[in-house]
Amino acid sequence: MDIDLILRVYPFFIEAAVVTLQLSVLTCLLGLACGTLGASMRLSRLAPLRWIAAGYVSVFRGTPALIQIFLLYFGGPQIGIQLDAFAAGTIALGVNIGAYMTETIRGAIVSVDRGQTEASRTLGMSKGQTMRKVILPQAARMMIRPLGVNINALIKGTALVAPISVIELTYTAQRFIGSTYKPFEMFLIAGILYMIIIYAAGQGIKWLDRRAQIV
Amino acid sequence: MSDTPFVDIRHAAKSFGALEVLKDINLTVERGQIVAIIGPSGSGKSTLLRAINELDPLTSGEVWLEGVQINKKLPHRQYEKHVNQVRQDIGMVFQHFNLFPHLSVRDNITLAPKMLKGMSTADANKLAEEQLANVGLSDKIDVFPSRLSGGQKQRVAIARALAMKPKVMLFDEATSALDPELVEEVNLVMKKLAEQHMTMIIVTHEMDFAASVCDRVLFMDQGVVVEEGPPSVIFQNPKEERTKNFLRKHLSR
Repeated sequence: MDIDLILRVYPFFIEAAVVTLQLSVLTCLLGLACGTLGASMRLSRLAPLRWIAAGYVSVFRGTPALIQIFLLYFGGPQIGIQLDAFAAGTIALGVNIGAYMTETIRGAIVSVDRGQTEASRTLGMSKGQTMRKVILPQAARMMIRPLGVNINALIKGTALVAPISVIELTYTAQRFIGSTYKPFEMFLIAGILYMIIIYAAGQGIKWLDRRAQIV
Repeated sequence: MSDTPFVDIRHAAKSFGALEVLKDINLTVERGQIVAIIGPSGSGKSTLLRAINELDPLTSGEVWLEGVQINKKLPHRQYEKHVNQVRQDIGMVFQHFNLFPHLSVRDNITLAPKMLKGMSTADANKLAEEQLANVGLSDKIDVFPSRLSGGQKQRVAIARALAMKPKVMLFDEATSALDPELVEEVNLVMKKLAEQHMTMIIVTHEMDFAASVCDRVLFMDQGVVVEEGPPSVIFQNPKEERTKNFLRKHLSR
């Protein structure tokens, strides 16, 4: 193993890791937004909204994320959507993970015991009040861990923007392999940095989950 | 007593698809009256109770409370507003308590009064203290439901319902999920309510309780009221064969 080389390229990988981290955070936020909207539509009283959300989930879970990224980045300009690689990657990944999060959030909400809704409605609280004060606080606790699984997947999924030349970890590893012919070292560094990010995210989720379960 | 009954159920019918669970039921309850509904499981007694506050809306028929029709046919938005309003007058206690596990006992009780009646935190806290004292659980005000026994949970659930100052209380097998030694403490709270002249409709499997507390007993089977009358008649001198059969199984224990 070429330690010298590792030390020389190391700073570039740190920069790339920051990009991966930015991608992850933005994708996660967009995913949560899409997931929340998707879940509320899935649970709507209005059938068309439920259909749209169900269609969203099955399209984005039913096709490869890579195709979604390519479609937006390469295909976008053809229909007048011109985005730089980072934006296209973030949007495609965020909307993609949002489909998974839609199901996670919906699942947590419907898993709250029906008796909770009945008790709340019986007191005279509206559907909205019941959702805000009774169902969501309980569902939020239940969705932390499954959302953690989604977040784990999305961090690894950020590697899929390497082919559209976002200078993140996987792209950086490939670029240095081109000039050094040392794939073992390069992928090893990238792998370790991914692991650190994923481990930190996992610890964050665990911490949130513990705090939420105090009751 | 006024000429219109306090609670008035007229020609109540309900079906789930082809299955008729309630068939043309009529029931009136006067203010301060306590009515027990007994019957085998699947007889429709819980469905009838849950129809009173629109948890399980009737297929046809009418439910009235103090001259207001509960199950009005209205456009969705107006209907929601209407039921949210009338439900405040109808307290309900469930078999499985359904306390809000993420809220303290205090917040379980104050949530609805604060949200729906715009009660200040200070007033709502005072109300919670009163209601808890009424069910003998003053020391549990800052505890979370998971730390309570089943009997205590049910007493908090009763306090929560009473905090809305309902006109009528519905009990849906309130003691069925409790360990035998915890049943009595809940029964005592219900007896106390009876002494305070709360109007109550009680679905129960406990014949002794029904006999000692209620003014009237309805025996339901297969979606119809088979027989009704004062407990002394229903329990000691029932006319119908089905009532006799049912009671033979339940009184021998």
